[in-house]
Amino acid sequence: MSPLLSVRNLRVSFPTRSGTFDAVRGVSFDLGRERLGVVGESGSGKSMTGRAILGLVRPPGRVTADRMELDGQPILNLPERQMRALRGARISMVMQDPKFSLNPVMTIGRQITEGYRLHTRTTPQAARDKALEMLRAVQIRDPERVFDAYPHEVSGGMGQRIMIAMMLAPDPEILIADEPTSALDVSVRNEVLRIMDKLVRDRGMGLIFISHDLNLVAEFCDRVLIMYAGRVVEELPAHDLKNARHPYTQGLLNSLPRLDHPVERLSVLQRQDSWRDEEIATPFPGGL
Amino acid sequence: MLNIDHLDVWFGDPPERVDAVKSAGFTVAQGESFGLVGESGSGKSTILRAITGLIGTWSGLIEVDGEKVSGQHRSRAFHKTVQMVFQDPYASLHPRHSVDRVLSETLHLQGMDQIDARITRLLDSVGLGKGFRFRYPHQLSGGQRQRVAIARALAAEPRLLLLDEPTSALDVSVQAEILNLLTDLRRERGLTYVMVSHDLAVVAHMCDRLAVMRGGEIVEVMEAARLRAGDPASDYARALLAASAGFAREGAPG
Amino acid sequence: MTDIPTREWLLSDAPQTRAQARLGAIYQGWLTFRANKLAMFGLIILVLLLLMAIFAPWLAPKDPFAQDLAGRLKPPSAANWLGTDALGRDILSRLIYGSRITLFIVGTVALVAPVIGLFVGTVAGFAGGWVDQVLMRITDIFLAFPKLILALAFVAALGPGIGNAVLALAITSWPPYARLARAETLTIRNADYIAAARLQGAGPLRLLIGHVWPLCISSMIVRVALDMAGIILSAAGLGFLGLGAQPPMPEWGAMISDGRTYILDFWWVAAMPGMAIFIVSLAFNLLGDGLRDVLDPKGAKE
Repeated sequence: MSPLLSVRNLRVSFPTRSGTFDAVRGVSFDLGRERLGVVGESGSGKSMTGRAILGLVRPPGRVTADRMELDGQPILNLPERQMRALRGARISMVMQDPKFSLNPVMTIGRQITEGYRLHTRTTPQAARDKALEMLRAVQIRDPERVFDAYPHEVSGGMGQRIMIAMMLAPDPEILIADEPTSALDVSVRNEVLRIMDKLVRDRGMGLIFISHDLNLVAEFCDRVLIMYAGRVVEELPAHDLKNARHPYTQGLLNSLPRLDHPVERLSVLQRQDSWRDEEIATPFPGGL
Repeated sequence: MLNIDHLDVWFGDPPERVDAVKSAGFTVAQGESFGLVGESGSGKSTILRAITGLIGTWSGLIEVDGEKVSGQHRSRAFHKTVQMVFQDPYASLHPRHSVDRVLSETLHLQGMDQIDARITRLLDSVGLGKGFRFRYPHQLSGGQRQRVAIARALAAEPRLLLLDEPTSALDVSVQAEILNLLTDLRRERGLTYVMVSHDLAVVAHMCDRLAVMRGGEIVEVMEAARLRAGDPASDYARALLAASAGFAREGAPG
Repeated sequence: MTDIPTREWLLSDAPQTRAQARLGAIYQGWLTFRANKLAMFGLIILVLLLLMAIFAPWLAPKDPFAQDLAGRLKPPSAANWLGTDALGRDILSRLIYGSRITLFIVGTVALVAPVIGLFVGTVAGFAGGWVDQVLMRITDIFLAFPKLILALAFVAALGPGIGNAVLALAITSWPPYARLARAETLTIRNADYIAAARLQGAGPLRLLIGHVWPLCISSMIVRVALDMAGIILSAAGLGFLGLGAQPPMPEWGAMISDGRTYILDFWWVAAMPGMAIFIVSLAFNLLGDGLRDVLDPKGAKE
C-alpha cells in the first residue's frame, strides 16, 4: 500500500546572525492510515516538522526536502494559494491551546461552517447540519447551544473538542495534532484523546501526534518517532517502547518519576554530542 | 512550621465573588515535604499566594512558625523564613535584570553582608557556575532560569520553601535535574517544602504527605505511600489516580 | 585585540564581567538597529544636523542676521545657495543657525514631557485605586484639549518667546506618555518577577524605579522618537503664528511665516525652511522605527 504522506530528508533552517540554524535536519518518514507519534523535548524540531508539512514555516525560515508527497503528489513549497486549498481540506492541524486557536469574536458555529464551506462550497444549511453533526461526533451534549456560543463561554476541554470538530469537518486525510492535550487536565485529556482516537479510526485517517509525553504517545499511537536536535534518533512500534535501544529514549523514560517505583533520586539524562550526528540504527522502511 | 485552618480565599466582590478556596486546613511539620495536588482551578496555587500575602482577600488562620499573619502585609522576619519558587521560569525573572542583579538585589533586601561571596556560593549550590553570573534571562534555558529562581529563593536562607509547580514548564529530563536539586537542597539545609503540582507522580516522588484538592476544597489528606499503593480513601482521588495512569483505549487489545 | 575576537567577546552568551554583559547587550541592539537601512539613514541625517548645529559659525557662509535690502528675495544662486529672504538675509545661513533652535526645542521637550508622563503613568498604574483615578482624570483633562490650542493659550498667558513655547509644548505633550506608561505598568504589575521581588521585601518605590521603569523606558524612547516630528511641527506652528521664537531669530517655523507673503512669486523663501523641517521630521520617524526594532520587539514585525 502506498503511504498517504511520504517525507524524505526534510530540512528546516533559519538564518541567524551567527550562521544558519537548522531546526530540522533530514527527517524522513512515511505515514499510512495509522497513528504516528512524534516525541521530543522542546527544541527537538518536532513542531517545526508538523508546520513544515503544512507550509506554515514563516520566512526567513527555509524548508527543503528530497521528497514531500501527499498521495504521490508533491506538496513541498507550493504557492500559498494551492497550499491554502490543501490545508484544512486534506491536511488539518490541531494546536496546543484552543484559547489561542479559536477566534474570540466569532461564534463557534460560524467558525466551523466557514472553514467547511470554504473547502466544499455547500449551502449554509448543509454546512450547519454538518457542523452540528461534527459537534455531536465530539460528544458535545448540546450542540445547538454550543453552535451559537462564543469561545470564552466553553471550557478548555470543550474548546479542544470543538477544534477537533472544526478540523475534521472537511474530512481531511491527515490530521496533525501538535500537543493537543498539554493544556488540559488529565481527566479531560483522556476524554479528548478517546474522541480523537475514535474519529481517526472510523474515518481511516492518518494521524501525526506530536507530543513531549513519551508514555502518552506510546499508549495512544501505533508507531513512534523519537526526535533529538532536529533528527529522528529512533523509530519504534509503540508497544515496544520499553525495549527502546537509543540511550536518549532510555534516558527520557528513566528520568520520569514513577508512582509504582519510588526512588531517592531520579536518574538524569546525560546528553552526548554524538547523538546529534551519528548514524541512526533503525533501518528505514521502504527505502529512500 | 505551617498551620492553616478554615482558610477561605475569594476574588472580587459579590455578586461576582468567586470563592477560590473554601475552608481549607492542613498542617506541615518542620522538615516535612507536603504536596498540594489538584486540577486547574482547584485553588492549590491560590493557597500559596494567600500564605505569602500576594492575595489579600482571605479569612481564616495562617500560622507560620508559630506566628499568625494577616492581610497582605508580611514582616521582614516572614520574608526571611518563607520563600517561593514560581511555575513559569520565563515569567518569574525580570527580562532586563542580569542574574547578578537579581541575586545582589535580593541579598541586599534581605540585609545580607559579603554579597559577592554569597552570590558565588548561591550559584554553586544550584549547580550553576560563575559563568552564569552576568547573563540575562534570554541567555538562559528554561532549566537554568528555574535554577536562578531557586537561588533567589534560597538567598534569604529561608526554612520554608513554597514550590508552585516548579517543573511543569520544563522538559522531563530537565524536570529530573530540578527535582534532584530540590531533594538535595532539602536534605542539606533541612528545608520544609510545600509543593503544588498537578502531576501525581512528581508529588509522590517529592513529598511525604499530600492533600488532594478539588473546586477549592481539600478532598483528602494522605501519606504519599498510600497514593503509591493506589489506595486513596476518596472517590475523587482514586479517579484522579486512574486518569493520570494513562489513556486506555476503548475496546483495544492490550 | 583584533577585530573578530572583540565581536565574539561582545556577542558571548557567557559574559564574565558586568561590563561585558552590558556592552554585549548594547552591541546586540546596535546590530539589530544597523540591519534597518532606513533607520540608519535617519540616524545619519540627525548626526549631520547635530554637527551642523555645533559648527554653525564655521559652516554658515554669511551672517544670518546681516540684512542687504538691495539683494532681497534673490533666487538660489552661486552667491546665496538657497536664495535670500525679504530682508536680503542668506537663507542657508539662517537654516544652519536655525538648527540650533530646533534642536533646543526638540531636546528640551523630549526631556521634559516623557519624564512627566512616565512618572504620572507608572505611579497611577502601580498604585491603582484612587491615586490612579485622580491622576488619570487629570491626564484626561489635558487630553481633551487640542494640543496646539492649549499651547497657544499657555504662550498667550506667559508671553511669547522661545522658552515659553518649549514649556507650553512640554506641558501639552505629556498625557499620551502617561497613558502609555500606565498601560505598560498594568501588565507588568502582576508579573511573577514583581511578585518574587515583593516576597523579598522590596518596597513600592524600589519596585517602581528598579523594576517597572526599565521596562517602560524603552517603549517611551520609541514613542518619543516617533513623536519628535510632531513636536518640531508644533514648534514651527507656534513660530509661524508669531508666538515662538521672536524676530530676528532664524527659527524655521518663523521663517516659513515670513515667506508666506511672497509664496507665489518667491517660492524659495518659504520652501527652503519647509524642506528642512520635512527632512528632519522624516529622519526622526525613521530613527523611531529602528529603535522600535531594538527596544520593543513586541511592536516590531516578526
